[in-house]
Order: sequence, then structure tokens, then C-alpha cells
Amino acid sequence: MKIHEYQGKELLRKFGVPVPRGIAAFTVQEAVEAAQKLGGPVWVVKAQIHAGGRGKGGGVKLARSIDEVRALAGQILGMQLVTHQTGPVGQKVRRLLIEDGADIQKEYYVSVVTDRGSQRVALMASSEGGMNIEEVAHDTPEKILKVFVDPAAGLTESQARELANGIGVPPGSTVQCVDVLQKLYRCYMETDASLVEINPLILEGNGNIKALDAKFNFDSNALFRQTEIVAYRDLDEEDPAEVEASKFDLAYISLDGSIGCLVNGAGLAMATMDTIKLYGAEPANFLDVGGGATPEKVTEAFKIMLKNPQVKAILVNIFGGIMKCDTIATGVITACRATNLSVPLVVRMKGTNEDLGKKMLAGSGLPIISADTMAEAAQKAVAAVR
Amino acid sequence: MSILINKNTKVVTQGITGKTGQFHTEKCQEYANGKNCFVAGVNPKKAGESVFGIPIFSTVKQAASETGATVSVIYVPPAGAAAAIWEAVEANLDLTICITEGIPVRDMLEVRNRMRARVAAGGKNTLLLGPNCPGLITPDEIKIGIMPGHIHRKGRIGVVSRSGTLTYEAVAQLTEIGLGQSTAVGIGGDPINGLKHIDVMRLFNDDPDTDAVIMIGEIGGPDEAEAARWCKANMKKPIVGFIAGVTAPAGKRMGHAGALISGGADTADAKLAVMEECGFRITRNPSEMARLLKASL
Repeated sequence: MKIHEYQGKELLRKFGVPVPRGIAAFTVQEAVEAAQKLGGPVWVVKAQIHAGGRGKGGGVKLARSIDEVRALAGQILGMQLVTHQTGPVGQKVRRLLIEDGADIQKEYYVSVVTDRGSQRVALMASSEGGMNIEEVAHDTPEKILKVFVDPAAGLTESQARELANGIGVPPGSTVQCVDVLQKLYRCYMETDASLVEINPLILEGNGNIKALDAKFNFDSNALFRQTEIVAYRDLDEEDPAEVEASKFDLAYISLDGSIGCLVNGAGLAMATMDTIKLYGAEPANFLDVGGGATPEKVTEAFKIMLKNPQVKAILVNIFGGIMKCDTIATGVITACRATNLSVPLVVRMKGTNEDLGKKMLAGSGLPIISADTMAEAAQKAVAAVR
Repeated sequence: MSILINKNTKVVTQGITGKTGQFHTEKCQEYANGKNCFVAGVNPKKAGESVFGIPIFSTVKQAASETGATVSVIYVPPAGAAAAIWEAVEANLDLTICITEGIPVRDMLEVRNRMRARVAAGGKNTLLLGPNCPGLITPDEIKIGIMPGHIHRKGRIGVVSRSGTLTYEAVAQLTEIGLGQSTAVGIGGDPINGLKHIDVMRLFNDDPDTDAVIMIGEIGGPDEAEAARWCKANMKKPIVGFIAGVTAPAGKRMGHAGALISGGADTADAKLAVMEECGFRITRNPSEMARLLKASL
């Protein structure tokens, strides 16, 4: 789960990481009031969407008067902000962050992430803040420093110092930088984050260290114990189909192709998508129906897939283990009837009670195309959309 | 022979009294020598009772000492699952298999580092399989986990995979063309887990009754590439490899820093390339795994 920058900064503030003073605004009037409250003389008007690259897309502007704040807030609120992470359609701006301008002396990069390889939390830092960090990693990987943290010890002072010195924080600010990094690590652990990225972390003219941006991702497995984080969820920022799917405990991700896929198990779902591509078409979605594909769940899955106008055929690939194929067949038949299915449907069922399931589909009177293997199913689905 | 488990393995089930635990314990008991293998369950509130004739103890340690169980399987809900893993470790079991899906990553991070510290301090190295995995099976001997037993057949091919249903897919393909399995292992889909591809490949390499292996991976993480490099230097048996997720959109699950740390080496294409370089027979068609393996024998 992702949150907005202003929410991230609230969290940072709570853990003692210095951030600029700022106030969130949902209307132009609120933006003006926020600016008045902050007092100026310089404000930053920042679009709040979950995607990165907002500055380049025109969503972050400097204002030197209240009138300018009003004008910029009017421009940015409601705009369709396009960044390299939003796709060509962009994301509508519904919230702003009005913030004190900062006296930037130097920009650094810091992030915290869980590293699968070492099974530790990694802190990464770079002297090249404010830039696209992927380009830095590609062009000058030596400018990215990493330390790996033993959760029993936490981020030690010497590790934090190694990072601060390594990225060139001046001696007078090292102590504060070490403190900020340790607090950042604590914030990451205690909020069950899966990513925290501060780009840039700045050195101000007076030698203070501040987080000028805040990007957070959270571990969805831990949300049950993070009610404060869950309250930050902004459904406007999420794909409506994915939100709808999550209500029915379906893992769904929208894609660009023409063949809707309904599969049990994430690995098999990806393998099915790959097979579709192998035979020359593209999947319209990833959909893992999980372990208990009841007729209700399959029907909802069909409805969600069919809301996408790009879908020209549906491929169902189920490996019935604990879940029996006749149960799946009932689900598929119910879903076809409930949705008045008008696109071709290819079903491949394997496993427990396979023959019974196939017989039920054949006897349903519905124009269901049956397949024995994943490859055959994909070929038939691809042929159907051609 | 087989790897990790066989018909003589004695198993204690953690979370035996829950709905999932009961359902799968019954299926495991029904499979092959399961009646003799599943000897104990754990639930501190129901010690002294029994489930399907299996006695319940209050702790893993007690269950192990009274029944001789050396392996545990965990169906405990996510919030308590990492603690259940640690209990199995502290009871000095040989292996614990965690089926539970949805354990917070921080909990796994903490328990894995505690396990490592315990071994470093001279403690017993309890192996962990999973979490978020289907378990493992040695056909016609013992099944520990949630896989459908009937698709398996005894034989000499090893299977290792992160994904449950994709493991079943590979197994069913093998069985269909007459190739049985020595052991099929699901290592689970979570980012922080126990046994990795490389560990299971080592075991298959040393198992005299495994002739060849199907290794299945997914996008994300460095594990498959690491296993492939180890295999290039050490593996004496043919391997067929498949990686799911060629079509998976980048950055959907992992943030930028996540992709950064692996240096872009965690895409399906990158992993397939490494595996091919390391002498695997790779396929981009998951329906061809078993046929390709047969051709390599």
C-alpha cells in the first residue's frame, strides 16, 4: 500500500525526522489559508499523487506571494498530472501540500528497503540526491552506498556514520544526519514499511538535515496491525478494478492486452500470461482467484474482467487440487449466465474430478471452448481474438 | 531414497485444531504412510485431547520428546506464525514447514535473523521450508502440506518451485508422460523465506535416487540466479528451468529501491538468461517442462 507525501511526512515527524512545515489542502481556499498560516515568504505548492516524478510533470511549483499560491493551487488542483510513473493518461490531482520553502545547500538520496538476498533491511544513500536514482545506479553505481541491518541490533551508529561520511555530509552535520538515519530506520520497522525513499534529503544553509520528500510503501501482510497506516489509504489513487477485486479477496492487476485470465495461484497465473504472449497475444489482466473459487467469487471475477472494454476473450486455467474441478465448473457456468457472457471463453481444468468438471461444462449448452493443456488453451484464446 | 522426508518421518502439526490444520491433517494422514507419520499436534489450550486420533501436546518440545517427531508443519494464522517457527527451532527439530500465507515481512526478517544467530552461536540448524508454500511430498511415502496427493507418482525426478499450482502443473506433466518424482518441494512465494532453490538443488544433487530436476522460479529476488551459478559448478544432473513472469509489469509489486538493489537482474528474462548460461535446459513454454526433461535424460 502507498500513501501521499504529506502523510509520509506526518509519519516522519512522528518519528523525529525533520521535515519542512507544511499543511495539506483539498481546495484553493484551503491552500491560501495554509499559506497564510505558514507565513512565507516562500512556499512550495506540491501536487499529491502516489506516482513519482511530479516535479518534472509540472506538479511542484514555487510561490513568492499569497496570490501566486492561489494561482498555482488553481492550476494544479484538478490537473491531469502525467509523470513517467503514471502512464500517458496521468493521474488527477485532488490534494495539495503547501510547504515552507527550503534553503537547499546540498541534496542527498536515502532509502530503506528489505533485501531478500541477505534477509536484512538495507539502507542506501547517495550524494546524488534530487536525481533519478535509477540513472545514478546505472551510470555511477559507486555513488550508491549500502549498509545491511541486523534487526536485533538496529541501525548502529557506526553504520549510520559510514553512510553520512560516505555521501559527503559535512562534519558539523554528521551527528544530526546519524540521528536522522537511525530514526528513519526505526520508522521503517515500526510502521511495517516495505520501502521508504527520501529524495532529496537536504542540507540547509544553517547545517540542518531535512527530508524534503517522502515516499512510503507498506507490507500488505502487516496492515492488520497498522490501523493508522490503513487510515491513510486513498482509493482515488488506486485502479478501481483492483479495489473492487480486493473486496472479493481476488488478486487482480490491470494490463494492456485483450485476453482476460482467471487462474488459481500467482505462479500459474503468470505462467498463463506468459503462454498467451508466447502464442502472439497479450493478457488483459493478472487474476489469482486463490484457493477457494466459489461460484460467487468466479462470477465477481468475470464481472471485473468484463468491465474492461479491451477484453475480447477469457481464459480460465485452474489446477484443481484441494479445490475440485466440478466446483470450478459450477462457478464458471454460474458466472457465464450471470454476466450473459458474449466473448469467447476457453477453459482448461486439471486435477481433482477433472472429467466430471469437463462433462458439466460440455453439458451446460454454453459455447465454452475446452482445452487440455495451458498451451492449447492459450492457442485457442489467441485464435479467438484474431 | 528422497530428500528431507520419507516414510519414516515423524511429524508434529502446529495449528492442528484450526479449520485449515484439521482439513489438511486428515488428507496427509490418508496419504501413503501418513497414519504412522503424523504423530502429534500442538495447542496449549487443548493438550491431552486428540484430533483424528493424533494426541495434542501443549508445546512442540513436549510433542517431540514424547513422540520422537523431528519435523513440524505449521498452519498457525499469520499473526502467530513466526512465533510458531521459532518454537519449532527452539525444540531442535530437523525441519519445520510453514504453510501459512500472509505473515508480515518484518516478523520473518526477525525470526530468520534469530535463527541465523542461533546457528552462529553453535545451536542446532533447524531447516525452514516456506512460509506461504504448499509443503513437500515424497510420493507413495509421505505428504506434508496442502498439495493434491493423487497427481504424484513415485519416481526419480525432483521438482522445486516457489509457486504451489505451478509445482502441481510440473508434477502432473511428469506423471502424465510416465515420469515419477523423488520429492516435490514448494519453497514458497514470500520474499523472506527458509530453504531456497540452491539449498534444494544441493539436496537433489546428493540424492542417489534423483536423476534430474525441474526448477521453477518467478520474477523478483536473486535466488534463481544464485542457484543456477551453483549448479553450473556442482550439479551432476540435468535440469530443466522455467521462470514465470515474462509478461509481469515492472514495478507493480516492488518499488524503485527494490529493483535497484538487485540491479535489474530479477526480471524473468534476466534469470532465464543466467540459467541458460549455466547449462539449464530452459523453456519459455510452461506446458513443455516435462517433455523437455524427458528429452534430457
